[in-house]
Amino acid sequence: MGENLPRVPGGAQLHSDTLHGPVRTLRVKMVILGSSGVGKSSLALRFVRDEFKNPSPTVGCAYLTRVVHLSDVTLRFEIWDTAGQEKYHSVTPLYYRGAHAALVVYDISKRETFVRAQVWLKELEKQYIPGSTVMCLVGNKGDLDQERQISVQEGQALASDRSLFFTETSVLSGDQISELLLGIAHRVYECIGGQQGGLSEWKETPLIDLHHRDTFTPFASCCKVGP
Amino acid sequence: MKLLTFGPIALCLYVCPLRCVSLPSVAVMDGEAQRAAVSWENGTLAPVDRLRSERADSPTPGLVEGTEPGAGQKSAMFVHAQSFEDLTAETEEVAQRDAELDKSEGECTDELKVLVGEKTIEEQRNSISSETRSKEEDVSSEAWRSHRKHVFVLSEAGKPIYTRYGTEEALSSTMGVMMALVSFVEAEKNIIRSIHADGCKVVFLTKSPLVLVGVSRTCQSDKELLRELQYIYYQIVSLLTLTQLNHIFQHKQNYDLRRLLAGSEYLTDNLLHRLDRDPGLLLSAVTCLPLASSSRDVVSSSLQAAKAKNLVFSILLAGDRLVTLVRKKDQFLHHIDLHLVFNLVGSSSSFREGEGWTPICLPKFNTAGFFHAHISYLEPASELCLILVSTDREDFFNMSDCKQRFLERLSKRSAYQALKEALKCPSYSVAQVGIPELRHFLYKSKSSGLYTSPEFPAVYQSDEEQERLMGLYQDLHSCLHHPTRPLRSFYRCGETENLLAWVTSGFELYLCFSPLATKALAVSAVNKLLKWIRKEEDRLFILSPLTY
Repeated sequence: MGENLPRVPGGAQLHSDTLHGPVRTLRVKMVILGSSGVGKSSLALRFVRDEFKNPSPTVGCAYLTRVVHLSDVTLRFEIWDTAGQEKYHSVTPLYYRGAHAALVVYDISKRETFVRAQVWLKELEKQYIPGSTVMCLVGNKGDLDQERQISVQEGQALASDRSLFFTETSVLSGDQISELLLGIAHRVYECIGGQQGGLSEWKETPLIDLHHRDTFTPFASCCKVGP
Repeated sequence: MKLLTFGPIALCLYVCPLRCVSLPSVAVMDGEAQRAAVSWENGTLAPVDRLRSERADSPTPGLVEGTEPGAGQKSAMFVHAQSFEDLTAETEEVAQRDAELDKSEGECTDELKVLVGEKTIEEQRNSISSETRSKEEDVSSEAWRSHRKHVFVLSEAGKPIYTRYGTEEALSSTMGVMMALVSFVEAEKNIIRSIHADGCKVVFLTKSPLVLVGVSRTCQSDKELLRELQYIYYQIVSLLTLTQLNHIFQHKQNYDLRRLLAGSEYLTDNLLHRLDRDPGLLLSAVTCLPLASSSRDVVSSSLQAAKAKNLVFSILLAGDRLVTLVRKKDQFLHHIDLHLVFNLVGSSSSFREGEGWTPICLPKFNTAGFFHAHISYLEPASELCLILVSTDREDFFNMSDCKQRFLERLSKRSAYQALKEALKCPSYSVAQVGIPELRHFLYKSKSSGLYTSPEFPAVYQSDEEQERLMGLYQDLHSCLHHPTRPLRSFYRCGETENLLAWVTSGFELYLCFSPLATKALAVSAVNKLLKWIRKEEDRLFILSPLTY
């Protein structure tokens, strides 16, 4: 799905099928958590396609991928965009178990989502061995500054208490999105990439490529005949 | 029948003794047919043998079940094709009581019907303006009162769970009254069935731990309204499972279930909308994307090849139309479950952005547990949506791999191109049939559980007109499936159209003619239409469904 990618500033490059080279590709499992309606799916969509759409509520969980090129390694983010609705909470551990990066998102204009974010952080801390996961607190809807209920300082304070990565974003305007993704990519690679058995290598299975399906047809060679 | 007086309005309260409800269901278990209880216990839905001797007395030999146009190979039915009677079997015995009461107060009902008739015309006008539904609407307003069909869901403690219009909070006292009615009648060892008053029907469905109430100003029968409430019940169960529902309410009787349903109300809203518009829900059947059988077979076999250990159903949809369905041997998908899947996929844009992975309960298969569905579109802008249903919640990558293998296989064949071409004309015009006065029809093959119908002609282009036509079909359906006086055929002349309905053991057929058509023409059209469907059945139906 998300292999055709928009630009990424800060030294990252576009991924294309030809760009395999000797650079290793490592798999990074990333999970996005938070209350309903804070913009988790929109954040994921920004990561993957740099688009904004007002989506319907996520059903269960959505899986998206995004490849990020760092100077000496390629990271393939496997993003689990979870549903914020309470009825799906029982299955959420499936997605955050073994995640290398966990994003906890809240809406800066809604205090209850910030409270809920703290509950998520507590739950994550129960699960994690320090150093195996990069955790990140994201205050979304930066564009709603005039309705703000959580100050930047408050978010920052919570994050530094728990030594988390913190940022405020706006999925509507796209502000700070690629910075966030790159920040996570660097951190994940630095913290976990070096560890023994930290990140597994991505092997492209010889699967279909819809854009090149002509090569499969028995008539493909006919096209080469002629002037 | 008891006649109660509630304030200024006299209510006819249809009640039936509780004991009578349990007795017939026992009789079903040990005798006649295990159909009603079809191996529900172990979670399979094997169809019963449809060609039983009782069917042999069909007045139209050659049109009996299994030989009608569109019938699949007998050994290979893919949906559990139940008739409307089977579907409502649980409420049947109660309905019978109801009908007995009905007889005893014959004229009274007729009078009411007239009232209902007048009312609906008036209502239709109102509903158009107020169709722009807003949850915030004032529940004490005339506009709220005049909606054609209200649906309320509450817990047995009387807590509001869902309302179609307005907010649940504003209706807590109304729902309290509803629960009081239910309990009041229950205290006398009775069950409240419905209240008919002032052109309004109030229908109650008690499905512990939930109570569903429908308030309708349409001409639909109680039975039809109950069927719709059952759909809503199954919709809720499909999100939570019955086991979880029971557990929650055993634990805490006054639990606010809206917490768990938050964010999913739109599924119920959309299902109600579908119930008004989708012939599939009326006919208990699904419709297929018209596609050459050779292409469909290739698509099916590609899907069949992409199997996995825990994969139970692979479903390929094009919008609201089925392209193909491959199932595990001996496992059958009930059309209600299939419609719930259609509703989930059709209501949610979230599957467009990535691969969806969600727990889903298929209540007609098993109300106790979740399946896990991998839902994704074949290509970003495509209408083709693939649903892979697995029993294992950790099966995401296996399912994702199945999808890739299916795509890989399919994209090598020309059938994929043919399929994409077929998407451009997902329906057909009634003119193709070549019957001049015929405007529209619904044809359901009973044994395959599939139906076919042309696109709406020019006269029925607006939403209101389409819903009106659906309302007429619903009416005919009610008459054909009347609990005590079912009809085999029914011809009805109207000012705007003439209608003919015909049911045999093999099919159900509803035809809509221009008002200039005659009865003789209508009857001769049936034969012509059946011949046409027989000729086109390869394209319109799935004749050779596959299993893994």
